[in-house]
Amino acid sequence: MAEKTAPDTGRARGNLPPLELYVPEPRYRPGDVVDYSHLPVPPAGQLGRPDENCPASETWPMTTDMIRVLDEEDRAVGPWNPGLDAETLRRMLRTMALTRAFDDRMYRGQRQGKTSFYMKCTGEEAISVAHAHALAHDDMVFPTYRQQGILISRGYPLVEMVNQIYSNRADKLKGRQLPVMYSAKDYGFFSISGNLATQYPQAVGWAMASAIKGDTRIATAFVGEGSSAEGDFHAAMTFAAVYNAPVVLNVVNNQWAISSFSGFAGAERTTFAARAAGYGIAGLRVDGNDALAVYAASRWAADRARANQGPTLIEHFTYRAEGHSTSDDPSAYRSAQEREEWPLGDPIMRLKKHLIALGEWSEAQQEAMDRELVEQVKVATKEAEKNGVLGHGLHHPFHTMFEDVFEELPWHLEEQAAQAIREREIKWPEWKGEGA
Amino acid sequence: MTEENALSLQDAPTRSMNMIEAINDALDIMMARDPDIVILGEDVGYFGGVFRATAGLQKKYGRNRVFDSPINECGIVGAAVGMAAYGLRPVPEIQFADYIYPGLDQLVSEAARMRYRSAGEFTSPITIRSPFGGGIFGGQTHSQSPEAMFTHVAGLKTVIPATPHDAKGLLIAAIEDNDPVIFFEPKRIYNGPFDGYYDKPSRTWKGHPGSLVPEGYYKIPLGKARIVREGAALTVLSYGTMVHVAEAVLAEKGIDAEIIDLRTLVPLDMATVEKSVEKTGKCLVIHEATRTSGFGAELVTLVQERCFYHLEAPVERVTGFDTPYPHSLEWAYFPGPVRIGEAVDRLMKE
Repeated sequence: MAEKTAPDTGRARGNLPPLELYVPEPRYRPGDVVDYSHLPVPPAGQLGRPDENCPASETWPMTTDMIRVLDEEDRAVGPWNPGLDAETLRRMLRTMALTRAFDDRMYRGQRQGKTSFYMKCTGEEAISVAHAHALAHDDMVFPTYRQQGILISRGYPLVEMVNQIYSNRADKLKGRQLPVMYSAKDYGFFSISGNLATQYPQAVGWAMASAIKGDTRIATAFVGEGSSAEGDFHAAMTFAAVYNAPVVLNVVNNQWAISSFSGFAGAERTTFAARAAGYGIAGLRVDGNDALAVYAASRWAADRARANQGPTLIEHFTYRAEGHSTSDDPSAYRSAQEREEWPLGDPIMRLKKHLIALGEWSEAQQEAMDRELVEQVKVATKEAEKNGVLGHGLHHPFHTMFEDVFEELPWHLEEQAAQAIREREIKWPEWKGEGA
Repeated sequence: MTEENALSLQDAPTRSMNMIEAINDALDIMMARDPDIVILGEDVGYFGGVFRATAGLQKKYGRNRVFDSPINECGIVGAAVGMAAYGLRPVPEIQFADYIYPGLDQLVSEAARMRYRSAGEFTSPITIRSPFGGGIFGGQTHSQSPEAMFTHVAGLKTVIPATPHDAKGLLIAAIEDNDPVIFFEPKRIYNGPFDGYYDKPSRTWKGHPGSLVPEGYYKIPLGKARIVREGAALTVLSYGTMVHVAEAVLAEKGIDAEIIDLRTLVPLDMATVEKSVEKTGKCLVIHEATRTSGFGAELVTLVQERCFYHLEAPVERVTGFDTPYPHSLEWAYFPGPVRIGEAVDRLMKE
């Protein structure tokens, strides 16, 4: 069928060319041979590192470039090298590997019917883990659903994560939330929403509150490049700029939002980091698969915010190696070769090789660690399974469904709670009462 | 066959479809008939939508007419308003009804009032399709039934099909309608009818009379309810997934109920409702959405206002609870057979 360039109601005038609608299309679809040679990957260590207190405009040239620290020989080079000690590097490597081991196990758990849903962050481990390491432990994080690495970095118990994923009777969120929508206030981890980008202006508000109260804690927020299209992103940027809020606004540009490539969020026109200039705030663009670069950029932005120099927008350039979620099948819309050809490599392998190059790690140690982490995750999973998996009866008592709608239960919710419990008694007469 | 189908339609060959296929078929037919129809939304293009409702349409009609959108519901609805102002007939998809809220201002303040505020100079012939309702362990952000938020807005029509047959005919009517229509698709019954027994194997549409979808173009007029089953003992008013649950529960109880699938909430087919309640003297309203200020409240009021002297018992309302849709306790939330059964028993005791 012929494609029309203008609708029937369009009217050509004189010699003017008919207008044409532009609809972005990704380079590669299933089966296509992938070639990323068009994608500029600047050498590591080339970009200068301005002072954290510099005028925002000094950072703008960097928003269309890329901060990279780990070079092709696995060395840490250039002014952005954060100079972390070997112990910290090993801890970051271990946390990234643990995040991946956890993802693998939970993905299998979903496939085995232990829960309804799961979301992996494969290939993006450096972003959340290195970012978390660059923050103070009590800085407040407003995450999306793919920052499990932050929770793991901060030492949140794996078993609690699994309890939440299984929606079981030990789940601290009482089985109310979709799997991976964690909330951990004591770990500076804000309640995750399934609605997109809503956390962005909230992070700015939290940061403003911290400033109002003369606190020293900053806020940091995450959004995917796809949901940076939401109006909430603009609201957050405007408020952050107007109030010079002590906040770090991260965009994880993993190229794909379910089936929509980054072009549907504007990536064909400019970088996501470049949006900073339009708002007059600092912006950095970083190799998101380079843990050291992520650490350095995050630390720079956190220090800047803490010094009352205002917000920074950081674009973490990476690749979503797996599907959006367990409900997604990326082979239906993108080439499987993309993952293999991704020019920025695997963040875990890159950090591992760096540590080996430093003489601070070995393949044997890596293998031993991986086995240990698999076991650690397995132990946590088994422990959580004692409290049930989704849909097998070991859930929170029915009455909890009505709690926390309000601080106190109004009469109508009391009535509805009684109704729910009565329904259970009717359906399962052998049932012995709430909590049994 | 329902009464609005012309004789010729009864002779039309039918094909068994699930609801997604029926919706896809309706979109396909309408895009072929009317070059002003465009489809936009998240993942609707190459991928064909996360529920596959637009599968194959971009390939057939081109990227100028079926295209992905940025993740921005305000933009999706706002752009649709602008396209409609130009003269197009956009059929945007909002991936889940739970995601519609960023587009609410464009819908409520703009699309709904465009005809009124411009005295007909501009209109918004937009059909917003969106999967809604629970029953798929979607948690609170993939399960809501927000229809009452839209029925409350002057200038919006709200349509909810309960079978593939109706989904196709109603969607075609919605697209041809010159006012903005919210078309909520009960995602739990995309692949098969659901009787409310989540612990029994799920069924497909195969063999269900509502899955026999006529080939080609046909319309089911907006504002026309469907009598699912005639009966004398009790009138049941429902829509979407709950129609099937009601059918199963009343059959099981052996009650000669008249079950009405409203199909369109605004405009509402009050004549069919009144006629039925006057006959049975009893009325049960069922919806999955939360109870307080739900569309059931409107229905109960209308029945009370118009059928009071025929009523032999108080009108009953069975709904979801006034909580967010919980994940693990999804089935405790869902207004299933037990909740409906209790209400039926109360009504039949009178």
